[in-house]
Amino acid sequence: MIEWIAEPLTHGTTVRALTEIVVLGVVSGAIGCWIVLFELSYSAESLAHGMFPGLVIAALIGAPILLGGTIGVLIAAALVVLATRLADESADTAIAVVITTLFGSGVLLALSPSSPPGIQELLFGNLLGASNADILIAAGVGAAVLGVLWIFHDRLLAIGFDRDSGAALGISVGTLNLILLGLVAMTILVAVQGLGNLLVAAILVGPAAAARQVTRRIKPMMVIAVVVALVAGVSGIYASYYLRTAAGASVIIGLIFCYLIAATAGVAEAAGRRGAGKMKP
Amino acid sequence: MEAVGVNPPSIEPAPGGSRRFVVARGLSAGYDGRAVLTGIDFDLRPGERLGLLGPNGGGKTTLFRVLLGQIRPLEGTLELDASSATVPQSDRSRLDFPVSCLDVATMGALARLPWWRRPGRKDREKAAEALARVGLQDLANATFGDLSGGQRQRTLIARALTAEAELLLLDEPYTGLDSTSAARLDRLISDLADQGCAVMIATHDVEQARSWDRVLCLNGTQIAFGNPATALNRKVLEATYGGQIIEIPGDPGHGVMPPHHHDHPADRGEGHR
Repeated sequence: MIEWIAEPLTHGTTVRALTEIVVLGVVSGAIGCWIVLFELSYSAESLAHGMFPGLVIAALIGAPILLGGTIGVLIAAALVVLATRLADESADTAIAVVITTLFGSGVLLALSPSSPPGIQELLFGNLLGASNADILIAAGVGAAVLGVLWIFHDRLLAIGFDRDSGAALGISVGTLNLILLGLVAMTILVAVQGLGNLLVAAILVGPAAAARQVTRRIKPMMVIAVVVALVAGVSGIYASYYLRTAAGASVIIGLIFCYLIAATAGVAEAAGRRGAGKMKP
Repeated sequence: MEAVGVNPPSIEPAPGGSRRFVVARGLSAGYDGRAVLTGIDFDLRPGERLGLLGPNGGGKTTLFRVLLGQIRPLEGTLELDASSATVPQSDRSRLDFPVSCLDVATMGALARLPWWRRPGRKDREKAAEALARVGLQDLANATFGDLSGGQRQRTLIARALTAEAELLLLDEPYTGLDSTSAARLDRLISDLADQGCAVMIATHDVEQARSWDRVLCLNGTQIAFGNPATALNRKVLEATYGGQIIEIPGDPGHGVMPPHHHDHPADRGEGHR
């Protein structure tokens, strides 16, 4: 058993992939709770797809992926604002049109015959290709995201619970929402190289959605979400090593298993509560 | 309209002595420079319970927002000598949110803290004391969404107390409460007034408002302010509710109620929020 665990650790590639997924798991588990509680899952996926052309262009011209992603997400945000103001359609429809247009343009560039090999990794990710520099950047950005989340924890909780009373509690609701979206964008930027543009939303939403099934308090929810992300991440890398499957996709399959287990436990727990009777008035 | 003009404030002594939490004179307020509430003249002293009556869109929420400092008066003067906090209807909050009673009460501390400071141990102790004041010390760790309507309303009052508010603005707190919970909330409001808080209660319930110390009737402008026994006459209620009041058989003159006596969720918002 120990040999089974230790053998992949003799390979630098696997060790770096494990380190990367641990860093991403901790950050994604924590911010994912706010994404789920603020119902931002669609926004998170849209941010990821909207920045795709920026990532591809950066890869094509040899610029840093982070820079390309940042510019990509800013352009996507500007276009979304413009479309929702100009279009007669509902905001959801306008966002869907802008995001799919951007994503389609990115895919067109990424999959063209003249694109250098490996650029498709931006779609599906390459955890096993994580370099030490990638891990350091992810850890730095992740620490910043966690630090800001820690500072604003109680205020996020207050406006999520009762948005209308935010101003009365001295909270700038609009600013805090923007900060949260900025943190989501930063997390996507560092996670997208490992997990790919198509799969990155899963690690942001999956662990928190699983945790939500089994707890009704924010702090345990965050702890459970991080644990789920780590269990799914590490088991995904091991599965990828032994079964020779794609690392990112294996992590996602692990997340789905965790979610199904949590959902089953959540249904059982809710049934137990109903059986125990309702609270007296 | 003379008979329904502004009644002079009562000169009877109030528990707070000469101190006044609120002095409004010729106050107008609105949005984007357009007044939706005009001619507001009233005082509020420590220990007073003020019933705020008016139809939906009559300006109750706008007045609350002025008192909370969220919007500035367009005209007139407003002197505030108390920290204020709002107590919204409990079903406007997310009942599925993963927070305990104590978590919600602790949120009140945010109103006193600079943006970078998080509530600490002392703030949680203060929140626990506030929960004890509203009689919920045994439910501090219960999930907010599991509480009854009355318990949720009292939790939100505890949140305002944690904010150290002396002026509590309650937005239709009786909506959806059964008679036992409503009676308990009544006692709590009176207890808080006895402890020196001033409580403004926005309500559609004219009969209940008769039991408060003062009433302020609004319908885009101030219709009446004063003692409920004199202020809540038929003409005032007709002007407040646009003549659409319902007379209770057997009690002409006094036994009247507005058409929104029982509130519906779709009607709750004001014209401007």
